[in-house]
Amino acid sequence: MENALKSGEFLLKQVTPESVFIPEEFDEEQRMIAQTCQDFIEAEVYPNLEQLEKGDRKLMEEILKKSGELGLMGIAIPEEFGGFGQSFVTQMLAAETTGAGFSFSVAYMAHCGIGTMPIMYFGNEDQRSRYIPRLATGELIGAYCLTEPGAGSDANSGKSSATLDEDGRNYILNGQKMWITNAGFADIQIVFAKIDNDRVLSAFIVEKDYPGVVIGPDEHKMGIKGSSTAQIYYNDVKVPVENLLGKRGEGFRIALSILHMGRIKLGANVIGAAKKAINDSVQYATERKQFNTAIASFGAIKSKLAMQVVKSVATESAIYRVSRDIDNLAGRYVAENCEKGRASIDAISYYAVEAALLKVYGSEMLDFVVDEAVQIHGGMGYSAEMAVEKAYRDSRINRIFEGTNEINRLLLVDTAMKRAMKGDFDLFGEAEKVFADPAGAPAAATSGESYGEEMLRYTGNFKKCALMAIHAASSTFGKKLVHEQEILTEISDIMTSAYLAESLVLRTLKREMTQGEDAVFRAITNIFIFNTASEIRRSALGAIFSTLSPDEAEPVADAIEKLTSVRGVNLKEEGRLIADKLIEDGSYKF
Amino acid sequence: MNILVCISNVPDTTTKIRFAEGDTKLDATGVQWVINPWDELSLTRALELKDDSSAGITSVTVIHVGEASSEPTIRKALAIGADSAIRVDSPANDSYVVAAQIAAAASGGGFDIIMCGIESSDFNGSVVGGMVAEMMNIQSVTGVSDLKVKDGSVIMTREIEGGREVVATTAPVLAVVQKGIAKEPRIASMRGIMTARTKPINVVEAVDSEQFSSLEGFTLPPPRPECRFIDADNVSELVSLLQNEAKVI
Ligand SMILES: Cc1cc2nc3c(=O)[nH]c(=O)nc-3n(C[C@H](O)[C@H](O)[C@H](O)COP(=O)(O)OP(=O)(O)OC[C@H]3O[C@@H](n4cnc5c(N)ncnc54)[C@H](O)[C@@H]3O)c2cc1C
Repeated sequence: MENALKSGEFLLKQVTPESVFIPEEFDEEQRMIAQTCQDFIEAEVYPNLEQLEKGDRKLMEEILKKSGELGLMGIAIPEEFGGFGQSFVTQMLAAETTGAGFSFSVAYMAHCGIGTMPIMYFGNEDQRSRYIPRLATGELIGAYCLTEPGAGSDANSGKSSATLDEDGRNYILNGQKMWITNAGFADIQIVFAKIDNDRVLSAFIVEKDYPGVVIGPDEHKMGIKGSSTAQIYYNDVKVPVENLLGKRGEGFRIALSILHMGRIKLGANVIGAAKKAINDSVQYATERKQFNTAIASFGAIKSKLAMQVVKSVATESAIYRVSRDIDNLAGRYVAENCEKGRASIDAISYYAVEAALLKVYGSEMLDFVVDEAVQIHGGMGYSAEMAVEKAYRDSRINRIFEGTNEINRLLLVDTAMKRAMKGDFDLFGEAEKVFADPAGAPAAATSGESYGEEMLRYTGNFKKCALMAIHAASSTFGKKLVHEQEILTEISDIMTSAYLAESLVLRTLKREMTQGEDAVFRAITNIFIFNTASEIRRSALGAIFSTLSPDEAEPVADAIEKLTSVRGVNLKEEGRLIADKLIEDGSYKF
Repeated sequence: MNILVCISNVPDTTTKIRFAEGDTKLDATGVQWVINPWDELSLTRALELKDDSSAGITSVTVIHVGEASSEPTIRKALAIGADSAIRVDSPANDSYVVAAQIAAAASGGGFDIIMCGIESSDFNGSVVGGMVAEMMNIQSVTGVSDLKVKDGSVIMTREIEGGREVVATTAPVLAVVQKGIAKEPRIASMRGIMTARTKPINVVEAVDSEQFSSLEGFTLPPPRPECRFIDADNVSELVSLLQNEAKVI
């Protein structure tokens, strides 16, 4: 545990394969829980997709309640509140599996996550005992109401307001919330508003039946049509003072902490959705014949299938790696006498950098996967009869909610830098060192280097690209760097790629320790490293040339070329190896 | 009354079957093992009966003949809701061995209703149920698509050629069940999964049993012939193909 990485510290430190958790290590109980989620989706969601898509909210509510009866809403809730107190890794595995459930997944995750957890993590004993046991079973459905017509990314700028009434028993809440998931049927709303003239938000637990709560009609959306999204108006709503969540002015902190959790869980959700789209793709590609040949045997299709797999496996590797880090940290907080709920959310919030980068990478990974899934289906992919058409539309929201990807990219660099400035780790010192001696930065191959050493050398070099760019940008712009969003975005992409690449390499190496060398996993790793190297090179050069004068940039650019130089990969053969396994197995079994 | 449900551990039906060791063994790499679908349905029915207080069922036990590697499947049955489990520690070499082990382990166990799936989705032998009843010297009813318990009698619906037959009898009885016995298999709930940890799996030693068959090897069925589409207007081609190629008319 002492060696555990601090959030963002991955840029500076190398951990061993033994120390990371990989999906191959799920235990029997975790697999059983995943199977239950899968069985539930197959039995209750898939047969009803068409009806849900038509906007049957009653049906969505019923399915949500059924998932509650099965205990699926209590996975993250401690036993003393009627839940099952599962580890974060298990919660993420459940999030992944239910992620294949199209709009059900959004409704379910909004309830279990942003709709329930504010009370679980920040509520007092009275609030928890009044609401949590019923939220854990689905007797009550929850929603999270932060966004307003004028306050989206700038969430703290909302106009909703609350004032204490004369007898001091109720807050009088006024305002308008927008884009609220589950609005149509949620019983409990977590509403953020400012008390009097506060600068910052406070959070309130509002029940749908309080007089003055008015739910607008459902929005007509591009995707996730089965989930309810609507505006909610609060007209002089009396909210009992007992329902102020946390302290006055603590709302923004609550909102952000909950978003960290929402983000990282979204990173798990998209894996399930991606696997479903891959399964649909390979099934169609095997059945569909053109030129008297199953299209799965065409190289152009195989390379698509292979890339769908490569990106999904990489995301999976990173997601479960950080999930175990979160479990470990929460465990340490508990050992230091922190209350369990707080320990969980503090540990999740602590890994804000990884949460944001996985939200960004995961949502873009899924967009890639579903886009190729449609393409593999040809004209049929454009037909509303096919699951991939829905998957394509449903995927798009992931880049927008839980903080847009632009906001998350900026946030993750900003958070890492702030952590460093606080003294969590010596980011700037290391960055300066690497920058000062660009020619010495790239680690060279050692003689007799093993596969693992070679791969970790590459990922180490990738991280140095991030350090170079961070130093160039922060020394050039100082405090004004926040305004250089183009550069921050490039840095963010380098950090993200480096984290994903390293997580994948560590997983492959750990697998090899117990299962021996596996050509398919090596192919996945080789392709990911090969592609990532050129993406990182582009981002790093982009950042450097946007920051330094051409003369200053030259030696750094040379170093970046070397830092991103990796072994050549036979993309055709290695891609075919991956695709052939997928085709042979008939579904994603990596 | 106590119900015993026989559980077989089979590869998930979507498994791509591969063989190993010169085609004498199933290649188990990457295979997901599940409860045989018919057994899962009979377990579901047994649990429905236990939930219905008027049926007077006190316990549902599952029994499995197999090695320790199949315990995840047994625990799944416990998670779905069985009260306890018996594993007879013996490889499930053939139907006769399995039946002999079940009969030995179940005898004297106080089971009133024994439920067996009509077949297991791996070998599809359809003989274990009948053999167990013979060996235990109790009555058996085959083709059971519904099973009720009322006032101490066991009422079973049998699917027969062109209709249905209702049989009522008293315990002990072995029912060989088929599709329809339950609508959908019950999904393990979170509570079920958590409590499965503490439910007993009683491992019993195998009894000596004869084995009348031996396995020579496996071969895959020939690939399915291609599906051909014939234009709806082209009836004469269809007739000619059915006559000359398929030779069915
Ligand atoms: C289907 C759906 C469900 C939702 N569910 C919920 C819910 O349950 N609860 C809830 O509270 N909200 C919910 N939302 C709201 C969602 O979180 C917001 O839409 C999102 O945060 C973006 O806000 P916005 O729509 O106002 O976009 P804007 O903030 O107006 O953004 C527009 C564009 O500008 C960019 N941008 C904005 N600010 C900056 C900046 N400082 N720097 C760089 N780029 C910037 C954004 O990235 C984006 O590309 C949901 C939205 C949708 C569509």
